[in-house]
Amino acid sequence: MSELAATAALPKPKRDLLPVLLPAILALMMLPLIGSPSSWVTLTVASFAMGMMIFIMASGLTLVFGLMDVLNFGHGAFIAVGAYVATLVLLPLASWVQADSLLTNLAVLAPAAVLAMAVSGALGLVVERVLILPVYGQHLKQILMTTGGLIVAEQALYALWGPQIIPLPLPTSLRGSFIIGDVAIAKYRLLAMLVGLVVFAAIQLVLNRTKIGLLIRAGVENREMVEALGYRIRRLFLGVFMVGSGLAGLGGVMWALYREQVHASMGNDLTVLVFIVVIIGGLGSIGGCFIGALLVAMVANYGGFLVPKLALVSNILLMVAILMWRPRGLYAVTSR
Amino acid sequence: MILSGDPPRSRVLSIILIVIIAALAVAPLLFPGAKAMNVATKICIFAALVASYDLLLGYTGSVSFAHTMFYGIGSYSIAIALYSMGPSWAAVATGVVIGLPLAMLLALAIGLFSLRVEAIFFAMITLAVASAFLVLASQLSWLTGGEDGRSFQLPELLRPGTVLIPKNWLGLEVNGRVLTYYVIFIASALMILALLRVVNSPFGRVLQAIRENRFRAEALGFRTVFHLTYANCLAATVAASAGMLNALWLRYAGPDTSLSFAIMLDILLMVVIGGMGTIYGAIIGAAIFILAQNYLQALMGAVSSAAADAGLPLLPGLLHPDRWLLWLGLLFIASVYFFPTGVVGRLRNPPRPQP
Repeated sequence: MSELAATAALPKPKRDLLPVLLPAILALMMLPLIGSPSSWVTLTVASFAMGMMIFIMASGLTLVFGLMDVLNFGHGAFIAVGAYVATLVLLPLASWVQADSLLTNLAVLAPAAVLAMAVSGALGLVVERVLILPVYGQHLKQILMTTGGLIVAEQALYALWGPQIIPLPLPTSLRGSFIIGDVAIAKYRLLAMLVGLVVFAAIQLVLNRTKIGLLIRAGVENREMVEALGYRIRRLFLGVFMVGSGLAGLGGVMWALYREQVHASMGNDLTVLVFIVVIIGGLGSIGGCFIGALLVAMVANYGGFLVPKLALVSNILLMVAILMWRPRGLYAVTSR
Repeated sequence: MILSGDPPRSRVLSIILIVIIAALAVAPLLFPGAKAMNVATKICIFAALVASYDLLLGYTGSVSFAHTMFYGIGSYSIAIALYSMGPSWAAVATGVVIGLPLAMLLALAIGLFSLRVEAIFFAMITLAVASAFLVLASQLSWLTGGEDGRSFQLPELLRPGTVLIPKNWLGLEVNGRVLTYYVIFIASALMILALLRVVNSPFGRVLQAIRENRFRAEALGFRTVFHLTYANCLAATVAASAGMLNALWLRYAGPDTSLSFAIMLDILLMVVIGGMGTIYGAIIGAAIFILAQNYLQALMGAVSSAAADAGLPLLPGLLHPDRWLLWLGLLFIASVYFFPTGVVGRLRNPPRPQP
């Protein structure tokens, strides 16, 4: 009988690095196709920024599904609500937004983002209690209920704010781009990348380095066992749901500033994109979601540059290709 | 026989169904107005469309968001064929011959691709594919006419100007329009009866077994992916046929009338109101919903302007006819929550009074 020394390290799980390399390979493959290195850099930065924004929106959805087997078809509603709430701060304080000082601009952007996150998080609380709690464990009803929720939220936004598109100009100091050599990099894209990376790092830290993260990961793997050990996983789930909704709201604010407009249908439009990302990444996987968001954004940007007509269906083609390779997405976390 | 051994099983339900069907059968005689005719036609078409969706949602338990896509394929294939080939029966035949197999193949591809894993996957993938299709249909304007859609002429026989039986014979003019209505009525009735046949066949029983416990159905030796894909193809074919009827009636196909997400929501709501897993629910759901849509919306408009005149805050916006979907969404959530079995389920198994 062999004995394991107490000091011996646990066997490391095998690392699956292929999906991580995928975006890099894709980017390098595109370099000769695009030709000019400067437009390649611009496109790559653009896709990185777009990918980060999509990731912020999608991360909550994938966690919620992984942890509690609840797929929220109304996730897009939080995105739109976040964007609308931000206009409540940004439009009355337009003079601060227009001021040509980074500090003043950030002083108004930060509260807008925080408020948007708070409101969509609170809405998440209501939605979880009212719509999802009664139908735990019933996929069919969950889909129907949350779809209904999305419609109601979208129409309520129309009723409260009116059907017109609200223009939302970027703060002055974030407009324009840095020019390095003949490469132009939009300032706002850098900010989006920064925020996205911070969110990604924060999620990874919480999941991998804290007790709560440990419980969440354990819950994703085996919910009943965590419950049997005496943890109230419902409450944990409610927390994850609220954080996920809040992140969707943050993503909504960033997306609205990126497009410089707010419209009630944005939630509906982005839902599809977010779903594709979550499917590609593997339901429940944060890392997969990150890579999926990058891939979707890359295909959209490179595709839009090389073959504009293809851009309409490029996401679907990407999804088909990935699912042919790995039918459960890049990283299959759950056995479901 | 004709009902495939699956009668309504409730006296009230039978009476309601007979009233609806009889009213639809004599609609051109009783309500010759243009609006009433439109409503009657829409009920016929949607009853068939919703019944085909019920085959998926109610009998296999898989949520598809691509049903309007198949409906749209049917509409567009007729519209494009008649638009480019001129108003002839050959064009109608071409539309049918191209449209139905196209819908079936697409359903087959989606089914094989996404039904292997799980219901939730299927729902997401159909949503993605359907939204891509909607974008495609509005962008490929050389083929589909873009946002404007395609208007076209019908063959001579079906035009309103063609008088088949003059007015002085029966007291009612039977023209091409009335003939079109009866074509739609009979075609829809046949499709619904065929679906009733399908769900009561051994195949339909397997579908229900998969809905109840997919793992167990698989363990019993049924190829679940085959059955689910087959059901998906059948539903798509019926939906495409319903789309063709719709195009024939409107003499037009466009993104708003045949592809939009709003129609998908309407279908979902009709299935849930009528009762999932009971083909009869489709008829009742379609009738209730479309009557409400056409006559309640006008009421909402009146109340909204009255509220605006009275100077009430917020209410005019909430009751504006364009906000119809808001109330629909609330109704939808409430009916999933409180009446999961719909009207038909309620009538078949009335809730027992609490002791």
